[in-house]
Amino acid sequence: MYGNDFSGEDPPGGLLGEVEAAEAALRAAAERGRAAAEPGADLAAYFAGIVDADQKVEPRDWMPEAYRRTLIRQIAQHAHSEIIGMQPEGNWISRAPSLKRKAILLAKVQDEAGHGLYLYAAAETLGISRDELVDLLLSGRQKYSSIFNYPTLSWADVGAIGWLVDGAAIVNQVPLCRCSYGPYARAMIRVCKEESFHQRQGYEILHTLAHGTPAQKEMAQDSVNRWWYPSLAMFGPPDGDSTHSAQSMAWKIKRFSNDELRQRFVDMCVGQAEVLGLTLPDPDLRWNEERQSYDFTQPDYDELMRVIKGNGPCNRQRMEHRRRAHREGAWVREAAAAYAAKHTEKEKVAA
Amino acid sequence: MKGSFAFTLALGDDALIAAQRLAEWTTRAPEMEEDIALANIALDQLGAARLLLSYAGELEGAGRDEDALAYLRDDREFRNCLLVELPNGDFAVTMAKLLVLAAYQVPLYTALADSSDERLAAIGGKARKESAYHLDHASLWVRRLGDGTEESHRRMQAGIDQIWPYADELFVAWPDAPVDPATLRAAFDETVTTVLTEATLTVPEAGWSPTGGRDGLHTEHLSYLLAEMQVLHRAHPGARW
Repeated sequence: MYGNDFSGEDPPGGLLGEVEAAEAALRAAAERGRAAAEPGADLAAYFAGIVDADQKVEPRDWMPEAYRRTLIRQIAQHAHSEIIGMQPEGNWISRAPSLKRKAILLAKVQDEAGHGLYLYAAAETLGISRDELVDLLLSGRQKYSSIFNYPTLSWADVGAIGWLVDGAAIVNQVPLCRCSYGPYARAMIRVCKEESFHQRQGYEILHTLAHGTPAQKEMAQDSVNRWWYPSLAMFGPPDGDSTHSAQSMAWKIKRFSNDELRQRFVDMCVGQAEVLGLTLPDPDLRWNEERQSYDFTQPDYDELMRVIKGNGPCNRQRMEHRRRAHREGAWVREAAAAYAAKHTEKEKVAA
Repeated sequence: MKGSFAFTLALGDDALIAAQRLAEWTTRAPEMEEDIALANIALDQLGAARLLLSYAGELEGAGRDEDALAYLRDDREFRNCLLVELPNGDFAVTMAKLLVLAAYQVPLYTALADSSDERLAAIGGKARKESAYHLDHASLWVRRLGDGTEESHRRMQAGIDQIWPYADELFVAWPDAPVDPATLRAAFDETVTTVLTEATLTVPEAGWSPTGGRDGLHTEHLSYLLAEMQVLHRAHPGARW
């Protein structure tokens, strides 16, 4: 009951329906079943057949090594993003302006840790351990989403993260509910359902602020001004510069290009911003009758590359925070392992 | 009625300040699972605080809701026990605090569930289930740390030694309260002694026993905690969030 008792308007254009359709398709695919590969069959052809028929590839199936590696990289980065993404919002838990908002925010950050855990579990089905993945994160060899390298400077940022950052994440992740790798698709369905709830909460925070005192409205507008472009950049570099796209599309890991998803996100946000009574910080944003979409100014991709390379406002802080928690918790993890070893030993002796 | 108001407010303050401290662990826990567990416990404490403070506001009858009570009182008006406002320290100190708090809250909420005040009985009925989970969680960790490595044993004993003096305040007699905390001491001692013994730890000797929280005489820590918790709310008087 704690944390979800708000009332408020839903952001228009929610994507929950698409998640539910993906879930139904997943069930249908499971019911259709598929014949096991014959002994001596061409495994590559069998794999291609599964993907073509929109069936799911499962952990026990043969898969191309590059498919496995791509998925590990993508799922791990996604898991790392959930874990690092707890920090910018966690920054406001102690100062949340009402007890209700504090409860909602605590519940949300807790959900993110849960998402991280089930994504690590999905990655583990590909034959890598969580400890190895955490090590790849802490040593900087794997990345997390660039967005979490921006600071949360006001309470309204908690709302903007929910509305824009979680909104962009959902637009990105809803197609992944149909991804060809079963464990990832199933994880995404769970994640998207909760994310869409988070997005609604963020939208509601901004809605309250935008309809509050002049100072609150100003806080909300300032926050949207700062988070708009970093959110657009979350979709990655423009299609021409994207290295992983073509192969990922062929494998049905990715279903739409970066630019297609970015456009979908912009089209979704314009109407929502109008309902909020806030403006998006792009003077060239306008409806294009011919394309039936909004024209908009692209984010600064040089900035995106700087942030990805480690030179955004909070990269060092986020990594140091994560490393410190890991380092300072080492004696606790060692104690738990020692205790477990002793007590398994005792049980063995008793038995 | 006066006894009921002060008592409800005190329990609400215990839960609120405990939630604030536990929430400080978010993103800092030794394991991701523990991040979730501590946030979960913080959320339970916050939920209980909201119910208790809302009811305290009604008992007082001065029009103060949960937020007015949480955000617009100064440290001299807070009635929480000193235990919950102490800094988190390392993970062992936090688990020592949680063990003491939960071992007090379980019998407290259980007794409250039988209270003749229906509202308090309902809150007690709900909160005791959560507290039983908190107690279980803290007990497990105290055993793991106490009976883990040499280093964790040393830290866990130090944590218990540091926290122990603050337990006495929880059981100071309060005869006109719906549940007199003095009646809960035996149950508390039994629970905690069992856990500490299983954890190969030593139950500290009685000695110094600081009090004052119930009278609004706190440690130096509370004012800082409130400054942070209240800063935004106080900066926008009358605003809705």
